[in-house]
Amino acid sequence: MKKHPVSLTVNTDTYDLLIEPRKTLLATLRDTIGLTGTKEGCSTGDCGACTVIVDGKAVTSCMMLGVSANGKEITTIEGLASRDQLHPIQQAFMDKGGYQCGFCTPGFIVASKAFLDENPNATEAEIRYALGNNICRCTGYTKIIEAVMSAAEVMRNS
Amino acid sequence: MRNFEFFEPETIEEASDLLTKYNGTAELLAGGTDLIIEMKARTATPEHVISLEKVPGLTGIDYDEESGLRIGALTKMRRLENDPIIRERYTALAEGAGEVGGVQIRNLATIGGNISHGSPAADTAAPLLALSAQVKIAGADGERTVPIETFFVGPGQTVLKTGEIVTAFECPARSANQGSQYIKQKIREVMDLAFVGVASSATTDNGAVSNVKIGLSAVAPTPLRATDAEAIVNGNSLTTELLQQAAAAASAQSSPISDLRCSAEHRREMVGVLTRRTLQAAVDRAQG
Repeated sequence: MKKHPVSLTVNTDTYDLLIEPRKTLLATLRDTIGLTGTKEGCSTGDCGACTVIVDGKAVTSCMMLGVSANGKEITTIEGLASRDQLHPIQQAFMDKGGYQCGFCTPGFIVASKAFLDENPNATEAEIRYALGNNICRCTGYTKIIEAVMSAAEVMRNS
Repeated sequence: MRNFEFFEPETIEEASDLLTKYNGTAELLAGGTDLIIEMKARTATPEHVISLEKVPGLTGIDYDEESGLRIGALTKMRRLENDPIIRERYTALAEGAGEVGGVQIRNLATIGGNISHGSPAADTAAPLLALSAQVKIAGADGERTVPIETFFVGPGQTVLKTGEIVTAFECPARSANQGSQYIKQKIREVMDLAFVGVASSATTDNGAVSNVKIGLSAVAPTPLRATDAEAIVNGNSLTTELLQQAAAAASAQSSPISDLRCSAEHRREMVGVLTRRTLQAAVDRAQG
């Protein structure tokens, strides 16, 4: 089957790829580009582990084709920290214990970033609602919400 | 996922031609939140996938006090949910769009996909029924417009013919004395399908209620209007007794099934309850 040329920006790097249309954006990021921070959980859009930001919007990358990402700007978990400093949300997950096994963590952090970028003054209820597309099978939700609330405050003050 | 040939037509004619040429082996791709899952599960195995993303004019929300509302078929649920005009004047639709999946899904899913998929439980279907939407369709023979009431034929089936594509939805202009509400009966706050969905819209004028429309979803083979309940309310002022009569009429017009999610009896009962609640809310909102 014919492969398609795809040019996309992931974090700060531009990639020119030739990919099969059936490859999801998730598979493109993990297998083709080698950025494995984004996780594959359910693969049906229910768990949010594969969340990335496409042109400013959080999406489940398992439900988007790689060819549909042509020309778009993608932010993954690898793009949040600077060289020597974690993103405030990452730092808050560390400080507050917002993870247990860690598998859902990239999805939660990336979904939180997209939401807080648009809603810096979000309430706890709004944060809980916005993260409804993300599942933590360790069930560590209380600490996750505490971490996001704490990060929102840090981000507002900086 | 099986491999397929991928097309990105740049005009609606080209998209329609491809859909006709590969009739039976092609699928249209909008947001992908239904199609990609079906392709992974192999319940859909298209050999040709036609993305609509590059076709101009399919995205966006336009409102004019005379011509009304136009929503491009590729408009994302998340945008509908947050749009100021839709929230204010077409509230039930903002509420319906906001009930789909979770935030990440609503950033992908489109209103055209939600309706074209033909699901009886589509969250934007009942609001569009209540808000008198017209469906704009493009095909080989040009454009046609059908009222949303006649768009759905059966579960997963619509009036779309070979090569036809939904391009937009249009609703009449609305004024401040009109209100609407959608309620979805479900277990989880997010990421759930409706047991029952009801949307009501009403106009109020000196206490009298008119222009009542009630849309029901997930309680019949297709989304449908509760026309008997509408007739009971139209032209009258809303009383407890009238609401109860309308609720009973809407229940009677539904034909739900029992499934894993809940029983037909519960669904039928909830049609009445939600008809009563959404009608009252629509009138309250119309009165500001």
